[in-house]
Amino acid sequence: MTQRAWAAALVQSLAAATLLLLPAVSPAQGPAAALPDSLTGVPGDAARGRAIVANRQTGLCLLCHAGPLPEERFQGNLAPDLTGTGARWSEGQLRLRMVDARRLNPQTIMPAYYQADGLNRVGAAWQGQPLLAAQQIEDVVAFLRTLRD
Amino acid sequence: MRAAGHAGLIVLAFLATSSGAFAQTPAGIDTRRSGSEFMGPSTQAMQKDDALNPAMLWVKEGESLWSQPVAPSGKACVACHAAASSSMRGVAARYPAFDERLLRPVTLGQRINQCRQHHQQSAPLRAESQELLSLETYVAFQSRGLPLAPPADERLAPYRRQGEQRFMQRMGQLNLSCAQCHDNHAGGRLGSSVIPQAHPTGYPVYRLEWQALGSLQRRLRGCMSGVRAEPFAYGAQELVELELYLAARAKGLPGETPGVRP
Ligand code: HEC
Ligand code: HEC
Ligand code: HEC
Repeated sequence: MTQRAWAAALVQSLAAATLLLLPAVSPAQGPAAALPDSLTGVPGDAARGRAIVANRQTGLCLLCHAGPLPEERFQGNLAPDLTGTGARWSEGQLRLRMVDARRLNPQTIMPAYYQADGLNRVGAAWQGQPLLAAQQIEDVVAFLRTLRD
Repeated sequence: MRAAGHAGLIVLAFLATSSGAFAQTPAGIDTRRSGSEFMGPSTQAMQKDDALNPAMLWVKEGESLWSQPVAPSGKACVACHAAASSSMRGVAARYPAFDERLLRPVTLGQRINQCRQHHQQSAPLRAESQELLSLETYVAFQSRGLPLAPPADERLAPYRRQGEQRFMQRMGQLNLSCAQCHDNHAGGRLGSSVIPQAHPTGYPVYRLEWQALGSLQRRLRGCMSGVRAEPFAYGAQELVELELYLAARAKGLPGETPGVRP
């Protein structure tokens, strides 16, 4: 995709994010795009983040991803292994992937964890809620940053 | 668990070269596979052997309901249809079909309820009730081994297209479409489950996770809940349309009711 198309896609998905007021994406586009600013101003807690990633009702990550959580059996194989993500991506890049991975790949199967509008037939129990709250996103990002090797 | 892993990986390797459930290789090889081929060997063995297959209990129950008179008409299915082994052979393979009375497509279960209401003058059986599931399984059992043969009825086409669109549409809080899992990631592992290609060939199935028999609609509602979407109600037109699309997609694959699934 060209730089211009990336920019247009980002502007479009930003315009769609009316419910949650998201910080603007940094000028860097494509895979390098990032959300450098914390969603809450409170530093994430990596231990809490790990528990969210491990939990199949909260994080759901292990449905699709494998990761360095040896006590968790039956990890998915639909997505890249989370091992080493902290070495591959900056905090801001990880935050953007958590908030809305579609801004990088509109066809992605990874749900937008911090987005609650523009969805279709959301179950009554989940309506109007993003998958994770802002501080939970910060916790997960803090955990992912610890996955350096 | 249930030794599904090994089979899943083999299937994954096999599917890696195809782009979806409809894929035909240049050599014309059909890459469609029944859900049973994605299961572990112990579950496969349970489906194959009627003595081990728990769903055979429902077949037996359906067989006895077939000749049981229903008040107030006092008529049993057998009174009009005689032996199911001949009158019902190949019938399930054609469903959903267009209903001349309702002027819309109906599932096999709904068709049976039409007979309950209009030919037995009785109340329709509740969706997922033991009675309806047993009758449906018994009727579908008469098509075991026969290729799925969705009717070429033009009146079904618009409904089938609706079903196809819905199959492609993202839904729920997880914002996933049926196609993203079943066309693009069949053979992959979603947590502990191997994703099958979503062929409706074995329904109603005995599902180990349910510890019971369930209809195709129960399965589809389960997938919808899985992505945190509001499931369509039992009997809803939307589910019938999805079933129509699934039947077209699986055309020619052999029926295997009563199936067993993890
Ligand atoms: C339904 C599937 C699914 C779920 C659930 C999911 N992801 Fe993903 N994720 C993907 C896919 C597929 C990719 C690959 C890139 C793409 O397609 O967008 C990805 C990419 C990523 C990446 C970038 C990986 C890399 O090295 O490029 C990170 C980090 C990530 N996911 C973290 C998570 C975390 C943390 C969770 C849970 C809180 C999660 N994902 C839940 C499917 C999923
Ligand atoms: C997030 C992935 C996912 C989505 C989205 C999804 N499914 Fe499924 N589906 C599965 C998995 C996994 C199974 C197998 C579960 C098991 O056997 O434990 C399954 C099973 C099925 C089966 C049973 C196949 C068999 O062999 O018995 C059908 C039919 C089906 N899905 C249809 C659908 C339809 C229609 C939709 C959309 C309304 C849908 N699915 C959405 C993951 C998904
Ligand atoms: C009084 C007669 C009568 C009884 C009793 C009866 N049926 Fe029917 N059935 C019919 C007729 C007639 C049709 C053809 C469609 C129509 O006119 O309703 C039919 C059609 C069907 C079909 C669809 C066949 C096809 O080729 O599409 C099924 C399946 C079926 N019946 C099952 C049953 C079952 C199961 C029972 C008992 C619960 C039952 N029927 C009881 C008269 C009856």
